[in-house]
Amino acid sequence: MTPTLNLTINGVPQQIALDDPRATLLDVLRERLGLTGTKKGCDRGQCGACTVLIDGMRMNSCLALALSHDGAEITTVEGLAQGDTLHPVQAAFIAHDGFQCGYCTPGQIMSAVGLIAEGEAGLDPERVREGMSGNLCRCAAYAGITEAVLDATREITAGREERETA
Amino acid sequence: MNRFDYVRAETLGAAIGAEGALLAGGTNLLDLMKIGVATPDRLIDISRLPLDRIEQSGGGLRIGAMVRNAEIARDPQVLARYPALAEALLSGASAQLRNAATTGGNVMQATRCSYFQDPLSPCNRREPGSGCGALGGATRNHAVLGWTEGCIAVHPSDMCVALAAYDAVVEITGPGGLREVAMEEFHPLPDADGAGKPPLMPGEIITHIRLPDPGALARNARYVKLRERTSFAFAIVSAAAALAIEDGVITEARLALGGVAARPWRCRKAEEALKGQPASAESFARAAELATEGARPSGDNAAKTPLAQRIALRALERAAAGTPERLPALPASVFAGDDNG
Repeated sequence: MTPTLNLTINGVPQQIALDDPRATLLDVLRERLGLTGTKKGCDRGQCGACTVLIDGMRMNSCLALALSHDGAEITTVEGLAQGDTLHPVQAAFIAHDGFQCGYCTPGQIMSAVGLIAEGEAGLDPERVREGMSGNLCRCAAYAGITEAVLDATREITAGREERETA
Repeated sequence: MNRFDYVRAETLGAAIGAEGALLAGGTNLLDLMKIGVATPDRLIDISRLPLDRIEQSGGGLRIGAMVRNAEIARDPQVLARYPALAEALLSGASAQLRNAATTGGNVMQATRCSYFQDPLSPCNRREPGSGCGALGGATRNHAVLGWTEGCIAVHPSDMCVALAAYDAVVEITGPGGLREVAMEEFHPLPDADGAGKPPLMPGEIITHIRLPDPGALARNARYVKLRERTSFAFAIVSAAAALAIEDGVITEARLALGGVAARPWRCRKAEEALKGQPASAESFARAAELATEGARPSGDNAAKTPLAQRIALRALERAAAGTPERLPALPASVFAGDDNG
């Protein structure tokens, strides 16, 4: 019997017939669903290019066996923007030149979204750098990435406070 | 990766005695499967077992085997009473990996010995009787304590080093019932022929880690880790230290080293030497020297012994200075700011 995998991806329920149990979540996203925003870098959990949110938490999709995450809610880089309006983290990466070649960028952005939601780094650049250490950038755009994450943190926190006082 | 059957265990009963490799967070097992070091015919997915809570237990804590590493590190009880455990966890891997990796999986993770990780190299740990490819090879990350010619690998966990210092106990369930093993003795030391007998018998599963009441050790505890880069790297050497100090005198001391042996290395002699002594530079220097008693290089790694002594000394000094209210931005880093850093 071919197992069926149920995932909610960027808010859309998906049913995927999986005839090979070896598929990782990364494989399913890229090869079965055509969501190629999530990148395969090292495929061993060392570079962070494949970072997605699984039930709200940032993880390496290359080390997530797809079948083990049946029923999960997944957010990928394709799920961040609202129509033509970029997510604050996406906008901040552009504003601060947080990339050069762009290959690691979807993973960086997803990791930053996770980091900001965790709320532990705040506006301390050292804590941001430490919190982003699971994402390598071979173009070494780290200075811009840190600035982008700090800026997006300010933006998102301000938005949250505005909503709370409204 | 070889093809395998996938089974999900919904209950602990279904997991006990099941034949196959246990899959939890997958951060280590899937990696080993991708490089051909682990080749299980069957995966038993235990990630949904109801072992995902941190509970109070007899004045201490009981951590379920499926609790994620990140969850332990941000647990208010852990931060308040076992801060060296939180600091050790936060010094390991990346945020993404800590969100996926489980307590049980961290304990059971394989050595990062590059000869173990290479299926073409002989390795007594991977393939008993095949020899040790590391002997005479690139050995600067290998053991200086408790090793034999059969195996010179080290256990890579940071978490286990802190757990050993806190006298943690591993709770195991298997077809033969329940048993408990002290964390510091859970990982076998190698015997003359190889890695020694595996820590778990077939069909057994780690269910919880139990931490006793830290008492007066709670706010004088630190973890220090030397590594080749400040974040997302395994330890060259590391140390967990916890002290109880009354009127400047040490009433109880804990010290464990990481990166030096096939298990977290508890330094009992150093602890004994500290007891009743003033919390002074001299006491700590003597303890740090005793910490590596019996150490000898297993290859081109003689530097590890003085490094371990210096890291032990730093951990004791930082523990004596008191755990900061908030852990430093760079957890366990030797570069983490001032003396209290």
